[in-house]
Formats: sequence, C-alpha cells, structure tokens
Amino acid sequence: MSTHEGDLHVGHQFEDAEQQLDSYSAGMWLFLVTEVLFFGGLFLAYIIYRTRYPEAFVAAHHELDWQLGGLNTVILITSSLTMALGVRAAVLNRMKAVLGWLGLTFLCAGGFMVVKYIEYSAKFEHHLFPGPNFEFHHAGIDPGQAQMFFNLYFAMTGLHGAHVLIGMITMIILVIRLWVMRKQRIDFIPIELTGLYWHFVDLVWIFLFPLFYLVGGN
Amino acid sequence: MSAAGVATKQPEAVNYLNVDNSIKSWLLTEDHKRIGILYLVTIALMFFVGGIFAMLIRLELLTPAGDVVMSDTYNKMFTMHGVIMIFFFLIPSIPAVLGNFCLPIMIGARDVAFPRLNLASWYIFTLGAMLGVTSLVLGGVDTGWTFYTPYSSSFSHTPVIIAVSGAFVAGFASIFTGLNFIVTIHKMRAPGMTWFRLPLFVWGQYATSLIMVLGTPVIAITLLLVAVERGLRIGVFDPALGGDPVLFQHLFWFYSHPAVYIMILPGMGVMSELIATFSRKRIFGYEFVAYSSLAIAVLSFVVWGHHMFVSGQSMYLSMVFSVLTTLVAIPSAVKTFNWVVTMHKGHVKLDSPMLYALSFIGLFTIGGLTGLFLASMAVDIHLHDTYFVVAHFHYVMVGGAIVAFLGALHYWWPKMTGRMYPEPWAKLSALILFIGFNLTFFPQFILGYLGMPRRYHSYPDEWQTLNVLSSAGASILASGFILVAVYLLWSLRYGAKAPANPWDATGLEWKTPSPPPPTNFTQRPIITEEAYNYPIVLAKNGEPDEGAKQEEAEKHEHA
Repeated sequence: MSTHEGDLHVGHQFEDAEQQLDSYSAGMWLFLVTEVLFFGGLFLAYIIYRTRYPEAFVAAHHELDWQLGGLNTVILITSSLTMALGVRAAVLNRMKAVLGWLGLTFLCAGGFMVVKYIEYSAKFEHHLFPGPNFEFHHAGIDPGQAQMFFNLYFAMTGLHGAHVLIGMITMIILVIRLWVMRKQRIDFIPIELTGLYWHFVDLVWIFLFPLFYLVGGN
Repeated sequence: MSAAGVATKQPEAVNYLNVDNSIKSWLLTEDHKRIGILYLVTIALMFFVGGIFAMLIRLELLTPAGDVVMSDTYNKMFTMHGVIMIFFFLIPSIPAVLGNFCLPIMIGARDVAFPRLNLASWYIFTLGAMLGVTSLVLGGVDTGWTFYTPYSSSFSHTPVIIAVSGAFVAGFASIFTGLNFIVTIHKMRAPGMTWFRLPLFVWGQYATSLIMVLGTPVIAITLLLVAVERGLRIGVFDPALGGDPVLFQHLFWFYSHPAVYIMILPGMGVMSELIATFSRKRIFGYEFVAYSSLAIAVLSFVVWGHHMFVSGQSMYLSMVFSVLTTLVAIPSAVKTFNWVVTMHKGHVKLDSPMLYALSFIGLFTIGGLTGLFLASMAVDIHLHDTYFVVAHFHYVMVGGAIVAFLGALHYWWPKMTGRMYPEPWAKLSALILFIGFNLTFFPQFILGYLGMPRRYHSYPDEWQTLNVLSSAGASILASGFILVAVYLLWSLRYGAKAPANPWDATGLEWKTPSPPPPTNFTQRPIITEEAYNYPIVLAKNGEPDEGAKQEEAEKHEHA
C-alpha cells in the first residue's frame, strides 16, 4: 500500500475515488451557491436602505474604525493564503506542513474574532447597538436611519462572524481527524472542501469591508 | 438494461425492508429508500393535522354567521392549515418521499451522493415539523402562512417566532435534498445513462432541486430577520424602525412563488412517467418536455411581483411581472399538450395511477388557466384576496400536486412495499377524490368572482348555497383520502405480493425486485436504450399502424 489513490476510503455509493472527489466538490460548490443567496437577502436590504438614506449611512459609517476593519481584511486574506498552502500540502501528503498551515489559518481566524470583539464592545459602549438603548447624535441625521446602518452592520458582520466560528470549529475537527488517522495517507477531500468554504468566508468579508467601513463621501 | 438484477424466486430474498428490522437500523439508516419511507410517515402525519384544520374551516363556512369559532381562532385555523400543508407537506411530498426512493434507482445508482446528509435532512425536517406543531400546541399562529410584516413582527400575540423557526429549519432539509439530488444526477448516473435517456421524472426532480437550492436560502434569511425583529426589536421590515414592509414581501415571494413550482414540477415529472407507462408509448416530444421543466424553473424566479400588484409597487414593475407571469403558461402548455398527444393512438390502460394522471390533466388545466386571469393586472385587482385565488391555488396544489403525489404513490407502492393494493378500491377512491375536489373548489371560483374575500369567518347570506356545496365537497374529499389511507395500510399486510414489474413498464426501477435489495441492483446496470422504449404494437391486420410507423421512424432518428 503506497501513496496511491486506492488507499483513500471510497463510500459504498461511489464506483471509485474520482467519482467521490467529483461529487464532494460539486456538492461543496453548490452549498456555496446557497450561501451566496443566504447573504444575498441582506445585501439586497443594504442596497435598498443605503440608496434610501445616503446621508445617514455616510454619517453612521464614521463611527466604524476603518483601520481595525483594514487590519481584519489583511488577516483574512493572509488566512486564505495559508489555507491554500495547507490544501496543497494535503494533496502532496505532507502531514507536518498540513498541520502547520492549518494551525496558522486557525490563528488568523482567532485574530480576526479578537479584533471583531474589540470593535463590537466599543459599539456597545457608545450605545450604537440597535434597540432601545441606541443613541446617535449628528446634526441633520435621523437617528432611526442611522440605526438601520447598524442593524445591517450587526446582522451582516454577525452572520459573517458566525461563519468564521464554524470554520474554526471545522479546522479543529480536521486536525483531530488527521491525528487519529496519522498512519494513513492524508484524506485531502475534507481539507479541500474546508478550504473552499474558507475562501468563501474571506470573499464575503472583501465585500463587507468597503460596504461598511469605506462608504463614499470621505 | 438486460444486465440489471433479476428477481430471484427464493421466498426470503434480502430486500431493503427485511435486511434489518430493528428500530435503530431505521433511525440510523443511510439507505435512500428507507429515508423516503421515513419521510412518507412524517408527512402523512402532517397532512392529517393540516387536513383537520381544512375541515374545521369548511365547517365554520357552512353557515353565513361566524358561529363555530371566534374570528381570532379562525385566523389561527387557516394559518396553521397553510403553514403545515405548505412547509411540512407539499414541499417535501414528492421530492423527499418518491424522489428519494426512486431517483437513485432510476439513474442506476446504489444511493444518493451524500447518504448521511440525506438522513440529516430527515432529522432536520422532523425538528422543523415539531417546532411547527409546538407553535400549534401553544395556541397557534394567526398571521396567515405568509407571515407578512409588520403584523408578524410587531403586532401578533401568537407564537410567531416558533412557527417561523419551524419553517426556517425545514428549509435546510429542503436545501440538503435539492443539493443531494443535483449532485446525484450529475455524478452518479450509470454507464450509458445520458441526460436524454433520463426518465422525465428525473428531469422534473432536477428542475425542482435547482429551485430548492437557489430559493430556500433567501426565505431562510428572511424568516430569520422576522424572528430577530420580533425578538430583539432590531429590524429591517418595521416602518417604526425605519424599515420597509414591502421589502419583506419581495424577499418572501422571491422564494415562495418559486416554491409553488417546487410543489408542482415533481408532479409534472410523475405525470410523464404515468402517461408513458399506461399509454405504452414514448412521451411525445421528450426533449421539449425535459427542457420545459428547466424553463419553468428559470421563469419561476422572475414572476414573484404578481403577488404584489396591490402592495404599492411601481405600476411599470407590475406590468413587467404580469407579462413574465403569462410566459409560464408556455412550458406548462408544452407539457400538457405533449401528455395528451402521447395518449393519442397509444394503448391506454385505465389502471388507478392513470386515473390520477387523467385527473391531473383536467384539474391542472383549470388551475393553470385561472392563473392567467390572476396574472392580468386589471382582473387581479378585482380578484385579489378573494376566494378565486383560493380556488386557483387549490386547483394547482391539490388538483395538481396532491393528485400527482397520490398517482405516484399508487404507481410505485408495489415497488416500495412489495405489495399490491386492491385495484377496485383504488379506482373508486380516485373517482371520489375527483368529484369531491371539484365540488369543494369549483364553487369557490364563483364565490371569489362575486367578491367573497378570503380569510373571513362570516359572509352575507346569499353566498350560503355555494359555501354549502363547497363544504359538502370537502367531506367527500376527506372520505376519499381516508379510504386511500385505509386500503394502502391494509395492503401492507393483506395485499398480494407484487411482482418486479406489475405495470409492464420500462425504467430501471422495474428491472429490480419489489421491494429492491439494499443496494438497489445485484449488478451495476448498463443502459443501451432510450427512456420509454415501448415495443411497437401491431394493428389487427398484423401491420404496424401509422402512429407506430412514425414512432419507429422517430426512434431511428434518435438512435
């Protein structure tokens, strides 16, 4: 038994490893399509309310720290790179490299969440979380319209943050699986699928960052 | 297809039912056939609950005065009827039960691509259904099945969050089923099973799955936003919070109109199987029927605005939606005409599944054509929110989707259970359902045209005759459903053993024993011919008749 494809476990429903790989990646791509539509409803709401309340959105976005947002963008793009290198190492069956790259990706994801936590707590302190305690004082701006900006900010970055957490949990499971099956050839399919998912999470942030932190009119 | 598994005549052949009888083996099964059965049991229970509410509604409407229940209770009854029937019965009905059972066999696969995801979808669906029932036990929801904001998010005093969560959760079951089917159809077809050799049921399931995968996430996020708005007072729909309730309607109908095609497209797929089998002919214009499924799936996403002609959307937008909506009639008519032409000069056998198919053609035609009335803006302003809409919707959903579901259930019952049901009773019940259905819903077209609004528990005296007819029809309809349930359950124990191919049909599912072995086939099938490749039947003088000659010529063209 060398490092041949035949070593991979093939599910009873499949004829061979190739069909299995094809099916899994098709399934993952399709899942990502559903994710696009899941976020799509929120993006639509964003387009409508930003068009309707342009001044309020510009005024409200000054409350966000674009430097922290930019830092998180750099962190997530870096994590996409480390994830891609991890997938490559898995295909090449290099166990130590896989563990290293996955670990780095996990650290980046954790860093992202820490920055997000700092940002969120600042918003809570400044009464910018929507609801009865919301306060927004800015000449000529309706606080209700500014609240809509923060509604969407928390809904969209919150949903995105939940996806980052799910990604982190998945990475922990992957590492445990790799450790349990360390004697065998690396089953790279779950790592590749997690990679696809992770790039999607990164890509959503690439849209969220300019929409919330870099609203026009600076 | 000769290589497919042949039924062995031993008395105790291993099949998917008797391979392991323990409860654990059912609850942890990854077999698509068993998961189909699990879904069948679950949705049958939900249909029963939803049906009780339908009967209560018809009981209330027997007399003009609102005398059986208070108007608040009535609101809850029609809401729970709608929520349960749509989210927990119609949407999973054909795909999750018969699609799960038949689709992998029909394409010559051992299972769906992701069996564990398939089982997960059933658990998720059951959880969603339990949440739906919980909202019922807690007193019921009164928003209407459409959950319109801001009533649902700010004003209703009923457990809306629980009902909305139920629909949200069940949506993921739908996404998983759709995702599984698309990958299965793309990647798991047996050698020789090209796209244009697929049975049309599979094409129907494919188009349905596309809608499930593309539409359901949008309703999921929408319902989530309603729950958040209601629970935390953070919202994007409530005008008091700076939001716009019409945005909810757009997002809701962006899914919920395509969802109507999630319910009818699989039924159309079933129809093609039934018409071909019982006419003993290849479906006329196979490619057109196949593509028309995709056309309906695509069009379904660009017509949602016809639900909002009186919601204050732009008149020009309404005009576009009106025109696009009428376009749906084209692929629907392509299918209907091709089914009728398939029967022409075919050797039609009136077995009970075919009786359901004939019912479908008549009822769906009425349902579809009245849809055109509603797509026309001027007419719709008169008919909007009247019983005309209720009648139209039920002609498509009951007369179309449920009749097709029952036709499919009768057609594949011998395959699923290994037992034959009593044919005379089945024919009788098909007849009872047809009569009961028309008596229930045809008067509602007239009531709606006369202006009777939906969702009220009282009405002026002059409409009583038509309402009494409708309620009488509903009790006939209900007795028909009960009759079907009784003889199908009876047949499980006392029915004659089913042969592998009781209908003398083509298709891989009939080449494997009834019930099928756990892995569907004893040998991997290899497909060498078209779907519905029925032999040419000779006319009396021993020569093929004209129709048969044409068919033969067509076959050569395809070959």
